[in-house]
Amino acid sequence: MSFLPYAVAAWVCLVGLYGIVTSRNLIHLALCLTVMQSSTYLLLLAIGYVKGGGPPIYKGVKLGTTSVDPVVQALTLTDIVVSVTVIALILALALDVHKRAGTVDPDEIKEMSG
Amino acid sequence: MSRRVRIGIFLPALAGLGALLVWSYTGLPSFGDYQGPYGFIVNRIATPLRHMDNAVNATTYDIRGFDTLGEEFILFAAVIGVVLLLRDRGERDADEIEDDTGSDLIRVCGTLAIGAAVLVGLWLVAFGFVTPGGGFQGGVAVASGALLLYLVAGHREWSAFGNETLLDPIKGIGGGGYAVIGLAALVGGLAYLTNFFPGGVTGTVWSGGSAAFVNWAAGIEVAAALVILFAEFLQAYIVPIARSS
Repeated sequence: MSFLPYAVAAWVCLVGLYGIVTSRNLIHLALCLTVMQSSTYLLLLAIGYVKGGGPPIYKGVKLGTTSVDPVVQALTLTDIVVSVTVIALILALALDVHKRAGTVDPDEIKEMSG
Repeated sequence: MSRRVRIGIFLPALAGLGALLVWSYTGLPSFGDYQGPYGFIVNRIATPLRHMDNAVNATTYDIRGFDTLGEEFILFAAVIGVVLLLRDRGERDADEIEDDTGSDLIRVCGTLAIGAAVLVGLWLVAFGFVTPGGGFQGGVAVASGALLLYLVAGHREWSAFGNETLLDPIKGIGGGGYAVIGLAALVGGLAYLTNFFPGGVTGTVWSGGSAAFVNWAAGIEVAAALVILFAEFLQAYIVPIARSS
């Protein structure tokens, strides 16, 4: 029984969330969001791992060789690229906030206080 | 709510979430003891049925192609959001700026690197169903070649290429092309995004059937999306400098 990779994913998720809530800078906050998002990649890839399995690519490899789950890898690779564009959107919003409020500290922005 | 109060509420909640996560993952199958049938099925059918050696891309562009269409639209929407927020509000004076690199070494090595990056990117896309790679990864590599152009040539030369008149249609072709290839299957009476071409020869660039076109559409879309993002952020950075000089 080994749960270490899952524990790492949970840890990365919690660290990212802690960073988001305590952040004093919107750019730092966006990066914390990517950290939190990375935990899903770790979890997906950990779930898809097969003990002793090779990469799910059969060029020069006999069909039926033990391989890891390609589905979670496909989910992960598309999301890595998509997350880059989403982070770009968040950073553009941060630029806009800086233009309007003159600061990127969420605690000092009136509209963001709840 | 003050910062202190917020963190005071948050920390117990974080501990609770942590406990829930530990509880949930101890219920998962042990690491390496993969149970689910889908991965094994895809690994079995990708090569014989789809003539694709790369089971990951067989999933991305063929078996799970409809989900990837959704991901493409997230990418599309995010880039449109960036463009709406940043695209120049009537200022076009940034073309005047002089920011050429002063270093011949950067110019020479950078120019060589552009060719290498674009070539590697195209290779990654073209052989996406044979070796590791595919539209998403190759598109990123091609886009990095475009960014090197700015490093090497400066803003004036870059803006001849990195402008919306050129990039927006390319991105549209990528995103729209993906959807249209899916629609083409409907014309033949098949389900949306069905792989309707013969699989081709396994292990060559001519493999994957119509999913190969889906792969190229994704590559074009991703490359154009990243270059557009770079162009918009560069413009947002450089216009104030051009104004103040």
